[in-house]
Parts: sequence; C-alpha cells; structure tokens
Amino acid sequence: MPRIIKYIFYDILRTRFILFYTLFLLVSTMAMFQLDTDTGKVIMSLMNIVLMVIPLVSIVFTTIHFYNSYEFIELMLAQPVNRKVIYFSEYISTALSLCIAYIIGVGLPIILYGISPSSLTLLYIGLMLTLVFVSLAFLASVLTRDKAKAIGITLLFWFYFSLIYDGLLLWIVYSFSDYPLEKLTVGLVALNPIDLARIMMLLKLDISALMGYTGAFYQNFFGSFWGMTFSAGVLALWIILPLLIGARIFIKKDL
Amino acid sequence: MIDLNRVNKKFGKLQALDDVTLTFDAGKSYALVGPNGSGKTTLIKSILGMVIPSSGEIFVDKENIKNHWKYREKIGYMPQIGRYPENMRIGQLIDMMKNIRGNNRKTDEELVHAFNLTKILDKRMHALSGGTRQKVSAALAFLFHARIMILDEPTAGLDPVSVEILKEKILREKDEGKLFVISSHILSDLDDLSTHIVYLFEGKIQYHNTIANLKEETQEGRLGKAIAVYINQNSFQHTLQE
Repeated sequence: MPRIIKYIFYDILRTRFILFYTLFLLVSTMAMFQLDTDTGKVIMSLMNIVLMVIPLVSIVFTTIHFYNSYEFIELMLAQPVNRKVIYFSEYISTALSLCIAYIIGVGLPIILYGISPSSLTLLYIGLMLTLVFVSLAFLASVLTRDKAKAIGITLLFWFYFSLIYDGLLLWIVYSFSDYPLEKLTVGLVALNPIDLARIMMLLKLDISALMGYTGAFYQNFFGSFWGMTFSAGVLALWIILPLLIGARIFIKKDL
Repeated sequence: MIDLNRVNKKFGKLQALDDVTLTFDAGKSYALVGPNGSGKTTLIKSILGMVIPSSGEIFVDKENIKNHWKYREKIGYMPQIGRYPENMRIGQLIDMMKNIRGNNRKTDEELVHAFNLTKILDKRMHALSGGTRQKVSAALAFLFHARIMILDEPTAGLDPVSVEILKEKILREKDEGKLFVISSHILSDLDDLSTHIVYLFEGKIQYHNTIANLKEETQEGRLGKAIAVYINQNSFQHTLQE
C-alpha cells in the first residue's frame, strides 16, 4: 500500500494544481490578516472562504484526479494488488495532499498571527470539510464511467450543500414558524456538513447572540460537551459513509 | 490450470459471455478467435478479475478467484490497448511495475532489449506511437516469468520485425511449459503459435479443439482457410435446420 500511495502522490504533485491551491490559500489568508487587525473579524471572513472554496476545490479536484488516474487503476488491476488497496490508496493520497495544502495555506498564517480557539476551530472544520468532500467525490466518481457526468454530480453535491439546502431549511423554518422547531433544526443541520461546520464556527466566535433565541438554543446544545461530540461524530460519519459506499461499488465494478 | 465453470456475463441487455465452460491446461497454447464483440476480451478480463462475471466460477490453479487477487502473480497480461499513466517515462513505468510486483526473482528483460526500449527509457508515455506502446505492453507482460501468459491481440500494430521477435519469444516460453492464451484476428500468426483453438461467437463457445483436428475436419492446410470453411459449413447447417 505505501508503494502505491507514493506513486499516486508523485502523480498529484506533478500536476502542480496543489501548489497553486496552496499559494492561493496562503495569499488570501495573509491578505486578510494584513487588512484587519481584529483576529475575530479575520477568522469570520476566512470562514466564508473556507465554507465556499474548500468544498468546491476538494470535490472538483478529486473527481478530475480520479478520472485522470483511470489508466493507473487499470494497470494495477491486472497486477497482484487488492482492489481495496487501490481505492484507499487513491483516497489517502488525494485527501492528504489537499489537507497539506490547507494546513500550509491557512494554518501557517494562523500560527504566525496568533493562535486562538476560534482559529483552531477554523483549521479543524477546514480539514473535516476537505475529507468530507473528497469522500463525496469518490462516491460520485465510482458511480459513473463518464467524467463529465461525474463532475456534474459533484457540482450538484456542492450546490446542494452550499446553496439549495440552506434555502430549503429556511423555507421549512419560515413555513412552520408557529411550532417549536429547535430540535428539528438541529437534526436537519446534521444532514448538511457545511451547515454543521458553520454552526461550530459561529459558536466559537461568540456571535451566536445575534441569532436570538435559536442562537441561544444552539449555544446550549452545540456548546455543550455532548453537542461538540455530536457534531464531530456526524462530520466523521459524513467522511466514512460515502467512502465505504464508494468502496463497495468499486470492488464490484467492471473496469 | 484455468477452469471456467458456466460463466455468464451480461452488460445490460447484451450477453457478453453465455454459459462458458472451458479449461486451459499448462504447457498448451490456446488461440482465442471470434468476430469483433464476440466476448474475447470480456473472457480475458474475467480471468484477470477486471470484469466480474454475473454468474459462474473461475478457478486458477484450483483456487476460486472471486474476491482474490494474489493469484494474479501467476499471470502476465498484455492488454489489447495498453493504457498507462500518460506523463510517466518508460523507465519509470518499468521500475514501478517491478516495485509493485515486489518480485525478488530476476526479471526477464529480454524483450526490453530486443525491442530497443533501453534507448528510449526517458520518453514519456504520451509521446509514444501505438506500436511502441504495444512493445512496452509486451515487455511488461513477460517481465515477471509468469506461468500463465494472456495476450490480447499481441501482434496488432507491431512492425514485421517486432512481430517476429515477439513470436519467437512466445514459442520459446511455450516450450518451457507456460500456458498461453492468445486472442487475435491475424490467423496466420496463431497458426504458428497455438496448438488449440477456441472459437467464440456471441459469447458462446462454438468450437474448442486442437488446430490439427480442425484442419483435418475441414481438409484445409491453413488455419485461416480452415476456420472460414468451418464457419461456412455451420451457418449452412443452421439455414438447413431452419
């Protein structure tokens, strides 16, 4: 397995995309810290970048990479190599390279400009979102043989989780505003990794008071130890489930 | 050495393999022939575990290959269309295969030298012509002294000199007791290389016997002619029955 990971890793580094991605994150994070001296505000602006850009880049890059390494996968399948090893090696190398890019791009400036609980939370949710969307991309990639279709599915995932889902959630909250919805919304938020990450972040920034009663309820729930464990656990599920479903499909796939 | 027991494969509505039962024995060389889309490549890919049969079992050395991968150590495979990581160099590719196979035994680099690949080791795969690609595929297939050699259209796209090099190599290895399964449309090549013939048509095995027998049955000296006569006879019979 390490040998295969090594080859995939080289292949990813050769495309230089990861390098540009690291630079982009580094430059934008640095710029944010230069523009404002209030770390809280900087983290707030960074959060918006992280919540939009990280999922998009992770999911699209992973899908393109998966299809570009089809030749490599085919070559390996004729060799005495387990299919699971091929699949998980692909996952580990893609996820690792994107995570390293994020740690350098966002983590380095944070360390330079001061570490705080909120900045550490930002690092944490960025890494988790990277892993979640790499998993989703793997699921989309094994579902179809057609590269364009797979990229379509991944973009749909992204639109759904970053835009459409929030709209639906708002609509539900608005239509049923006469009923006590707090518990329901906690459940619904868990169905979207981006929302989950956003709430974890907002609570750390102490601006939940702006959200009124719901904010207080969230603070009560997500701020507690159990709430933290719950959200971390749900994010972990978001990583593991698509990855394992993808693995099951990949093992039975005709190539 | 390889046993297929009632193997079926469906791609949607298309029946690519239809109840194929077949045995390949060590030391023999099998020619796999049939029209385009008759299931030759699907059969080969099923043995390699790249295509998973809808039903039926495949055994390699008496071991069911389902969910196994270790058995592929015994197989050298030359694909019909060699697809390789495009920005890798030939040398890197060969090193990688050695590394991944993890074979401690000495590798067989005869073809690498015979095809003059040593001179272009630093060429990238995307810069190669179809024929050179084919040479790389052949060299890789023979690299690990595998006891089972599966070659999917090995001579297609090769120049005459290289075809002769490859054919001599195949004959020499066959005499050492290796099993060869060769699919091809170039019947004159198969005439020299194979002892047995498997004729596939629409996923079914139509004929499976030695080449000598086929020639005797059809009273023809050349394999190409013999197959043509055989096909004609059979379609003739079909029309009579209808």
